[in-house]
Amino acid sequence: MRIPTPLRSYTGQQSVVEGRGTTVDEVLADLDRQFPGFRFRVVDEQGRLRTHMKVWVGEEPVDRGALATTPVGADDEVTLMQALSGG
Amino acid sequence: MNLLVGTRKGLWAIGTEDRRSWTVGEPHFFGQIVQHAVAHDGTVLVAASTGHLGPTVFRSTDGGGSWAEASRPPAFATGDRLGRALKTVFWLTPSHEAGVWYAGGASPQGLFRSDDDGDTWSPVTGWNDHPMWETWCEWPEESTPDGSMLHSVIVDPRDARHLYVSLSGGGTFESTDGGEGWAPLNQGVAADFFPDPFPEFGQDPHTVRMHPADPDRLYMQNHCGIYRLDRPEVKWTRIGDNMPREIGDIGFPIELHPRDPDTAWVFPMDGTETWPRTSIDGRPAAYVTRDGGTTWQRQANGMPERAWFTVKRQAMTTDGDDPVGIYFGTTCGEVWASTDEGESWRCIAEHLPEIYTVECG
Repeated sequence: MRIPTPLRSYTGQQSVVEGRGTTVDEVLADLDRQFPGFRFRVVDEQGRLRTHMKVWVGEEPVDRGALATTPVGADDEVTLMQALSGG
Repeated sequence: MNLLVGTRKGLWAIGTEDRRSWTVGEPHFFGQIVQHAVAHDGTVLVAASTGHLGPTVFRSTDGGGSWAEASRPPAFATGDRLGRALKTVFWLTPSHEAGVWYAGGASPQGLFRSDDDGDTWSPVTGWNDHPMWETWCEWPEESTPDGSMLHSVIVDPRDARHLYVSLSGGGTFESTDGGEGWAPLNQGVAADFFPDPFPEFGQDPHTVRMHPADPDRLYMQNHCGIYRLDRPEVKWTRIGDNMPREIGDIGFPIELHPRDPDTAWVFPMDGTETWPRTSIDGRPAAYVTRDGGTTWQRQANGMPERAWFTVKRQAMTTDGDDPVGIYFGTTCGEVWASTDEGESWRCIAEHLPEIYTVECG
């Protein structure tokens, strides 16, 4: 998974990390085990992708409500983007 | 002593040994929004977020030398009946019970509790799932510019089960059973924006303080005036009616003398027409009462003659010294101090980001 700069304090400043799972949500859960607190910065307590976050698997955007059902293959690259709106 | 100054872009500690010379430190949580930073019994808790990554709490037990994020930050329960998700931790209050802290949310107006000095947090279900929650709180969210807030969480130092919380908007509420049951406490408090100007709830308290030397005495700076309540009475008195007519009694903070229950400070603002929230006529001044709100005196010596800043509700505080020190931060990034109980003021820090909170630490 490619990690945007605001989240790299959770990943030891790594811009790319590897996670296990067959869905986006499972990969996030695995990364949370590796980097405690990571998942809650990406999704809220109801499992919804936080505002201004966007996820791709490969070059395909992931539906905001489909993190738990969007499949991730063994060699897929997942990109997490966070808009830096505001001043 | 340190002042903990939370801003739109991080937390600064401003230190002093003698209250004459002040040193502005390097920023903590640079770039993050710090809504509140509070020190208590060797622990400092910071309510922070980047604005996009959701709310969290950081904690330090070495005076800010090192920080750890709460391993379970404040949040509504997963599967919450209303699907609520917390946007911001807005307010932090320590209890006198060892390790117990409360956090107020904005928004939705949730209440959360930690029993381990801020490491793990749980929803206070007596409040968040109260049968009247959807009626008392601004829900569905009505989207005031900064969201709907739960603030001014107060724990009675004589009885940790006796709590007050206030909603902006929504009013003030009391619990006598540790947060399981709640009741409105708004008699006498105006809400002149409603068809009924004195409703049971729905008012807009901006800050409520309990006097540390007289826990039966509460002071409130409200959207519609300044009030005092001496328990067990239940009807607030509008002591702001005694403010000079040309100044009025609208503002955000109200701060108390640590020993004298009759002394309180406010920072009045312009609440006319478009609510610019700057000082009246752009002439900054604090006002003090030394008789419980019967009379008020202007305190502006040393402040700029004209200035157009705002002092937010958590951005004014007092220390415990004698004479009492009073401090406030402005939306233009200045920190002002008085070490003679408001008789004179000087700027001790400038060029910081917009200041949201000032507390002694």
